Amino acid sequence: MDKPLSKRRRAYIALMRALMTLSFLITAALAVFMVAYVLAKGLPSITWELLSTKPSYLEDRIGILPDILNTIYIVIATLAVVLPLGVGAAIYLTEYARNKRVVAMIEYAAETLSGIPSIIYGFVGMLFFCTYFGLGTSIMAGALTLVIMNLPTVMRTTQESLKTVPQSYREGAFGLGAGRWRVIRTVVLPGCVDGIITGCILSVGRILGESAALLYTAGFAHVLHGFFEGLGSAGATLTVAMYVYAKEDGEFQVAFAIASILMLLTVLVNLSATLVAKYYKKRRNI
Amino acid sequence: MKQKSKQIFEKVIHGFFLILGLITVGLVLLITVYLVVSGIPGIVNIGFFDFIFGKQWASTAAEPSFGILPFILTSIYGTAGALVVGVPVGFFTAVYLAKFAKSRTKELVGAAVSLLAGIPSVVYGLVGMMVLVPGIRKVFGLPDGASLLAAMIVLAVMILPSIIKVSLTALEAVPREYEDASLALGATPVETCFRVSVPAAKSGIAAAVVLGVGRAIGEAMAVIMVSGNAPNMPSLFQSVRFLTTAVSSEMSYATTGSLQSQALFSIALVLFFFILLINAALNYFLKRSREG
Repeated sequence: MDKPLSKRRRAYIALMRALMTLSFLITAALAVFMVAYVLAKGLPSITWELLSTKPSYLEDRIGILPDILNTIYIVIATLAVVLPLGVGAAIYLTEYARNKRVVAMIEYAAETLSGIPSIIYGFVGMLFFCTYFGLGTSIMAGALTLVIMNLPTVMRTTQESLKTVPQSYREGAFGLGAGRWRVIRTVVLPGCVDGIITGCILSVGRILGESAALLYTAGFAHVLHGFFEGLGSAGATLTVAMYVYAKEDGEFQVAFAIASILMLLTVLVNLSATLVAKYYKKRRNI
Repeated sequence: MKQKSKQIFEKVIHGFFLILGLITVGLVLLITVYLVVSGIPGIVNIGFFDFIFGKQWASTAAEPSFGILPFILTSIYGTAGALVVGVPVGFFTAVYLAKFAKSRTKELVGAAVSLLAGIPSVVYGLVGMMVLVPGIRKVFGLPDGASLLAAMIVLAVMILPSIIKVSLTALEAVPREYEDASLALGATPVETCFRVSVPAAKSGIAAAVVLGVGRAIGEAMAVIMVSGNAPNMPSLFQSVRFLTTAVSSEMSYATTGSLQSQALFSIALVLFFFILLINAALNYFLKRSREG
């Protein structure tokens, strides 16, 4: 009953299978190669001295402590601004907005923002925050630029989790006589914590990896500062420092050391995003 | 009385959230206005045709010329090259993951793809600089390996994750019944996949490709590290400069108000124009794929 497939069909199937296997192997090999190569080149150069000092010409030493601190400052400053804005915008879209046109307009704007390349953000950030607002080249200017970049991300993740808060919860609270604000504060916000956390993690990932938007807004100084002093002064994040060490200074060992740190952080960010998603999915199902 | 003050309170809160919601719209307008206002003077002063179709960029020469055709063409060729390499690999990987991979493999490779997506672009640039550029120099016997080819390969790797992820989502959304019908008619799983599932997901796959185009044309840091950055007309084995890198490479030393800095602003505007076109195309395909 089963007639063997014609030669042409068998050839087609074999070809497609071969192409799929080949592509799949290329993708997997690329990921393995990137991680293995960067870690192998970089991890051996990571020393305590590198992590805990600042660069010094006198002692002919390179340290990345200022860059680590700058990265932490910029993450904190960016999140502090982008979270209220993004979460608030998401709440407006899901809880308040009744006009379909307004919703469509806001969503289209968010999509446009997420499609703009980071070099354009860096350019506008430089003109707007550094020059027009007179912040100069500073961590604060860099952080504000990153706020615009990450706004769509935080908005989207919050919005998605707000949609999973059952309508009946809201109706129950309204039925008990709560006003809209009270419902948002006590019912809606607690329900979208996972979206906010995911938005945070994704934003941190993007901030860690960003360079083009920061090069001309936050600059590339390696000076040690405290938090508030640091916000007002120029400073390189790890990623920017890696670029400068590799491209301008030819310090490839340091560049690879930073690259391997960034690689580990990327793994960490991805892992925690997955874990958070899994944890909340489980909790929702119960 | 109390009722009334509560109403006012709710109105104030509503207004507050409305403002937060409209911030994104304001930001898009702000960016657009800023780019247009700062980009127009350069184009006007240089002359539209001399600017867009001028073949020579010599911004610091005694008699400077500001033609950005080399940058535009390099960006287009570079993106096209990245697509030629990246799209087939990404497409076939996505099909494999969506329809044939075991769930364990799928999870592992999915994580690997997310990792590739998360690696900072400067790290790609660094690896390209240390592995790809010397490799190209040796294989083709060139004086310097920093070239359009190196940039194409780095870009191909960088757009791979977006292409895989978006195509995967589209392929997984294909209704099971389509495939069952095809299988019941005697088509093998591979034939079903490529003759039924893939055509059904074509809008989503197109969106994936357009997203890749956007990524490739907007990428700056990785490209600046491997392309050599000389403003030549594009040629596979020569040092080239992209639209993105043209903006960033002279920004630090252009004097404010000079024709050179005006020209840089205009390049940013041209780049923005390309991105808006790509975004429009992306929205079109995404909408079509959502509507099925």
